[in-house]
Amino acid sequence: MGKIIKYVFYDIIRNKIVLAYTLFLLLLSIGLFNLGGSPDKAVLSLLNLVLLTVPLISIVFATTHFYNSYEFIELLVAQPITRKKIFMSEYLGVAGSLSGAFIVGVGAPVLLFGASLTGIYLLLTGVFITFIFVALAFLASVITRDKAKGIGIALLLWFYFALIYDGIVLFILYAFADYPLENATLAMTALNPVDLGRIIVLLNLDVSALMGYTGALYKSILGSLWGISLAFGLLLLWILVPILSSRSIFSKRDL
Amino acid sequence: MITIENLRKSYGKLQVLKDINVSFEAGKVISVIGPNGSGKTTMSKCILGMALPDSGDIKINGESILKKHAYRSQIGYMPQIGKYPENMKIRQVIEMIRDIRKDVTTVDEELIGLYRLQEMYDKRMGSLSGGTKQKVSAALAFMFDPKILILDEPTAGLDPISAEILKCKILKEKKRGKLILITSHIMSEIEEVADEVMCLVDGNVKFHDTITDIKAQANEARLSKAIAKIMNGED
Repeated sequence: MGKIIKYVFYDIIRNKIVLAYTLFLLLLSIGLFNLGGSPDKAVLSLLNLVLLTVPLISIVFATTHFYNSYEFIELLVAQPITRKKIFMSEYLGVAGSLSGAFIVGVGAPVLLFGASLTGIYLLLTGVFITFIFVALAFLASVITRDKAKGIGIALLLWFYFALIYDGIVLFILYAFADYPLENATLAMTALNPVDLGRIIVLLNLDVSALMGYTGALYKSILGSLWGISLAFGLLLLWILVPILSSRSIFSKRDL
Repeated sequence: MITIENLRKSYGKLQVLKDINVSFEAGKVISVIGPNGSGKTTMSKCILGMALPDSGDIKINGESILKKHAYRSQIGYMPQIGKYPENMKIRQVIEMIRDIRKDVTTVDEELIGLYRLQEMYDKRMGSLSGGTKQKVSAALAFMFDPKILILDEPTAGLDPISAEILKCKILKEKKRGKLILITSHIMSEIEEVADEVMCLVDGNVKFHDTITDIKAQANEARLSKAIAKIMNGED
């Protein structure tokens, strides 16, 4: 499996899109850190931008990459290796190189300008989000053979997780404002990896004091080591469920 | 060597293969012909495990190959259109496949030499012409000395000289006791290299005979006329 990952990796590293992505993140991070203010503020702005762009780029890039590697996958399928291996190599190759771009683009400036626990959480969250959205992209790609449809589904997933879901949550909070919603909000958060990632980082910043009762509840649950592990465990689940289901679809499908 | 039993395959509502029963012997070149969309490529994809049959069985040397992968080390496959990762160089593609098949000790580099691929080793796959990609596909298919070769329209994009080299190679490998399946539309070429012709029409085997038998049956000296006669005669 390592052999195939190596070649998938090699193919992507030379792709100019990943290079551009790294530079974009690098410029963004350095810019935000140099804009003045405390490093914490920069991390906060970075968080918001990262949670919007990283899922979008991961999901679109991974979907197009999957469709473009179709013939390559066919070439490998004719070799004596299992489909599961091919699929997981593709996945780890794409997710690994995008995470690499993220670590270089955001990690280097964070460590340079504002190395703190929050910064580390931001990095971890970014890597998890990359793996999750590449997994969702692969799920969208194995559902349909049509490239345009696949990219459509991928974009829809991004829209849902980045924008629509928050709208739904806000609507529910507003509509049921008279009821105690703390636990429900917590559960709803677990259903969206982007929100989960946001809260993991936010709770380590001072701004969490502004989040009211729900914020206090979050802090009491997620502020502990146990809570943080739970949150990352949920993120891990968000990787495993889509990637394992798409792997089984891929193994049982005609190429 | 390969036995196909009651093979059925459909894509959605479209039945591509309807109950195929054939067997192919080692040391023969078998040409699979048939109109476009008659199921030729689907059949080879089923043998390769790329398409999964709805029912029926495919056996190589008596063993079912369904849901297995190790048997593919005995097969060399040359696709109709070989597409490769654009950023990889020829060298890397060849090295990668070699890496995957590390257990193979005898490596046949004859085609790499004859096609002068070494001179282009550092070119990116994306910058190659269709014909050159075909050459790479051919070189890869023959490289690991497989017992079975499946060639899907092998000479379609090749220049006459390269096509000739490939035909010589096919005949040479046949003499070494290999089973070679070729799908092709070029009758003169089939006549040159093949021993048997299998014709698929609408997912059924129309006939499967040796070339001499086909010619005798139709009473024609040329294969293309003989086949045309059989196809029209039975309609």
